[in-house]
Amino acid sequence: MCRLFALTSRDPISPMRAIDALNVMKEGHDGSGVGLYLNGLSGPFEELKDCPILSGIFTEAGLRRLDQFIMDKGFKSKFSILYTPHTPPPVGTPVRGTYAAIAYSVPRGWEDMTEAEQGVRLVQMRLDLKKMGEETGDMMVFSFWPDTIVIKEVGDPLEIGQYLLLDRNKDIYARRILAQGRQNTNYAINLYACHPFFIEGVASMTNGENTAFLPIKEYLESRNITGYSGYQSDSEVFTHIAHYATKKLGLDIRAYKHIITPLSDGELAHHPDREFLTDLKRTCRKLIIDGPNCVIGCLPGGHMFMTQDRKKFRPGIVGGKDGIFGFSSEVCGLNAAIPDRDKSKDFQPMHLDTAIVGPDCKEIIQCSQTDQLPRQL
Amino acid sequence: MLSNRPITPSTLGVKDLPWQIEWDKDLCTQCGRCTSVCPVNAIELGVFRKRDIKTPIGLKTKATNEYSVFYGIRQRTDPAYGCIGCSMCNMVCPNNAIRPNRDEGSTTLKFHSDRGGNPRTRGGRRNSGESLLDQIKFMRISMLTDPALDAGRHEFNLTTLLGRVQSPEEGMKTFAENGWKPPVREIYPLVIGGMSFGALSPNMWEGLQMGVAYLNEELGMPVRISTGEGGCPPRLLRSRFLKYVILQVASGYFGWDEIIHAIPEMKVDPCAIEIKYGQGAKPGDGGLLMWYKVNKLIAAIRGVPQGISLPSPPTHQTQYSIEESVAKMIQSMSMAWGFRVPVYPKISASSTSLAVLNNLTRNPYAAGLAIDGEDGGTGAAYNVSMNHMGHPIASNLRDCYNALVQTGKQNELPLIAGGGIGKSGNLAANAAALIMLGASMVQVGKYVMQAAAGCLGSEKDRCNVCNLGICPKGITSQDPRLYRRLDPEKVAERVVDFYLSFDTELKKIIAPLGRSTSLPIGMADALGISDRDAADRLGIKYVV
Ligand code: SF4
Ligand code: SF4
Repeated sequence: MCRLFALTSRDPISPMRAIDALNVMKEGHDGSGVGLYLNGLSGPFEELKDCPILSGIFTEAGLRRLDQFIMDKGFKSKFSILYTPHTPPPVGTPVRGTYAAIAYSVPRGWEDMTEAEQGVRLVQMRLDLKKMGEETGDMMVFSFWPDTIVIKEVGDPLEIGQYLLLDRNKDIYARRILAQGRQNTNYAINLYACHPFFIEGVASMTNGENTAFLPIKEYLESRNITGYSGYQSDSEVFTHIAHYATKKLGLDIRAYKHIITPLSDGELAHHPDREFLTDLKRTCRKLIIDGPNCVIGCLPGGHMFMTQDRKKFRPGIVGGKDGIFGFSSEVCGLNAAIPDRDKSKDFQPMHLDTAIVGPDCKEIIQCSQTDQLPRQL
Repeated sequence: MLSNRPITPSTLGVKDLPWQIEWDKDLCTQCGRCTSVCPVNAIELGVFRKRDIKTPIGLKTKATNEYSVFYGIRQRTDPAYGCIGCSMCNMVCPNNAIRPNRDEGSTTLKFHSDRGGNPRTRGGRRNSGESLLDQIKFMRISMLTDPALDAGRHEFNLTTLLGRVQSPEEGMKTFAENGWKPPVREIYPLVIGGMSFGALSPNMWEGLQMGVAYLNEELGMPVRISTGEGGCPPRLLRSRFLKYVILQVASGYFGWDEIIHAIPEMKVDPCAIEIKYGQGAKPGDGGLLMWYKVNKLIAAIRGVPQGISLPSPPTHQTQYSIEESVAKMIQSMSMAWGFRVPVYPKISASSTSLAVLNNLTRNPYAAGLAIDGEDGGTGAAYNVSMNHMGHPIASNLRDCYNALVQTGKQNELPLIAGGGIGKSGNLAANAAALIMLGASMVQVGKYVMQAAAGCLGSEKDRCNVCNLGICPKGITSQDPRLYRRLDPEKVAERVVDFYLSFDTELKKIIAPLGRSTSLPIGMADALGISDRDAADRLGIKYVV
């Protein structure tokens, strides 16, 4: 079972803090991969809030191809972090080339486009680049979105963090960090299968397994939405469902829980929103997840959440103090990252709960599925 | 027999019959029950003569013949009276002195069962033992990250949706605008398929309805039963139990006057309306309710004179084409109940299933599609159609599901699969395989008769005289002397029993696959089969 750790903080912090927490939970991951999602970036990226940032791994040739491709589209590079390690990589990690996060200014004419149109184009460009890279193996692209960096690599999280010198570079300090230590289970090791997954500002990561993967994947793919593809991991669908619920259906993140793990008919019968929820349960029936999961995610706007499968087979805990909150798959991770919090205020979401922390990092909002929802439509 | 007695081509010996009666003289008490119960008069009381040659010792006197007479059971060899292996004779025999035995090598009767130029007709279903569904294995069991669920203790949600489900976008729009929502029923995925009042005896029908009512009201299992063509008793139409019933309208429209007239007095809406095209799994073969099954009650409910044969045409002959018919009937049936009742067609699995499905996906009122595979039972059908017509259900269903996946409508139009489910007794495994291949629910008929009423039919051409009104168990007969053998209360009890055990078995199958909160519709990654061609065709894993 993979280990998950996420931090949301008012002030930018080093991603190493999350990685250290993962290291405490080391028995749970086998070094078959680490993934990082950084949002609310500090340093020069903070000044470039509206500029999409491309993150990925490139060979020399890949970088050249990337430049050409991106220039042809009219994008201009504004600021970049390019890091090519010179030390030998940790055991098990291949030598890959340059780890890059490059911010671009958008071409002329983009200002007139709606946000949704821009989003679709950025996703399409990411997919095109990914495809180009898959043909020759010179590029791996994880995200292309403003204020977002995604890093993925095979290896032990701590060793990778040190290898990539994540602590030294203040420019990649972030306010919201999702980190996953991967435990390879059913599938072959593939960097794109590494969590967190990301689409148009929505990121999530999961431990456990999604046994309803195939029907959900087929359903999402048939929605004809740019970016609903890939699915090297059974957990990628959680991100896309969150994206679908919030961006395509216009629902609140509290409704997400009602989509993936709807209430039983008996529970619905007395719910203040029963009509809406019955409709939601029926129409989104194909998106019901099964199997044990804990989902931790981050939404555009900076809300971070944690939620569980219906049976609550996976642990998960949220805790923290004013200014910083952690979401962890185990309490020891949380203890390592935020030791001086009031532990009595820790919250372990149960099968009906969603825990949300807003970008203000003030408190944990606990929502139960039995509560009335804010007006959705 | 004299050595020169005429032998015609269809003179058969007992050996020529598939079923041979073994009778034990020493055990027989000569009560005569067996002959009186035999539905086809295959056995009769016989007088046998026995000659004993007495040869005295010493050669002084000549040997003498002593003749004696004894009474026993004689099996008739006239093809019209061939034993059907029902074993009723054995069931009534106090001493087990008689029993039918199947002789696998005797096929001769086959060549003589169509006398007078009339091909054989029979009830039951295709007499073939092989079942692709039985070969499918469930195998996506992850012991690593996913602890297998405990089928006995976890919470399970095994219901499914019958009715047109809107897409999430449409659904949200409809909710926001307070628009019309297609009716949807949340039901149990195992449906009792259409067996009509007329085909079944009143006791059988009553037993089934009672069982279904009990399952719903006492056990909270939303089980539904289809009426089949032939109407519905007026009292049921006006009762609150109607909500557990799927009313079927077929090409003969039998009983529909009664139903339509009852609409203003209905206390509840029926669960759904099923429009049947093609009788059972045999397109082009109409059903026939023979005159001797049309008694007073049936005549009254169907609105026909008593004692006449009732052929239902294979197609809805008042309509021009199936596309037009499907559209029109769905529209008018929906209208009749104020668009509050799901209406869906049932067709025989065939090469046109996809075409019909395509028509339905574009019809906002279509509530689903039922397809009946080649093993589906029918009323009186010709032997040749029963055994050699139709399309296997697995690939037909799979094609339909894949077509829905391609257009993104796989949760919108439920597919209901039927035909051959549980034919070797593996009801839950067969049903689960079909659900994972894409069926939202499955329909069974014959299994219900076998499990709940002790129907004797088997895949070895046993019994199968359902069409003749002489069902020895009283299941498919309208003769009170026969159907009083069947206790409706006991039928109801058995219906409840097999539903409960089905429920447990289904959980035992899906729990190790990690599924419990939604039915694993389309979870084809869990299926494997050791037949390469079948694996390719169905898009499931090839395993040996
Ligand atoms: S098995 Fe049935 S058909 Fe055959 S002799 Fe006995 S009662 Fe008659
Ligand atoms: S027992 Fe009755 S219903 Fe069953 S096969 Fe024989 S005649 Fe048909």
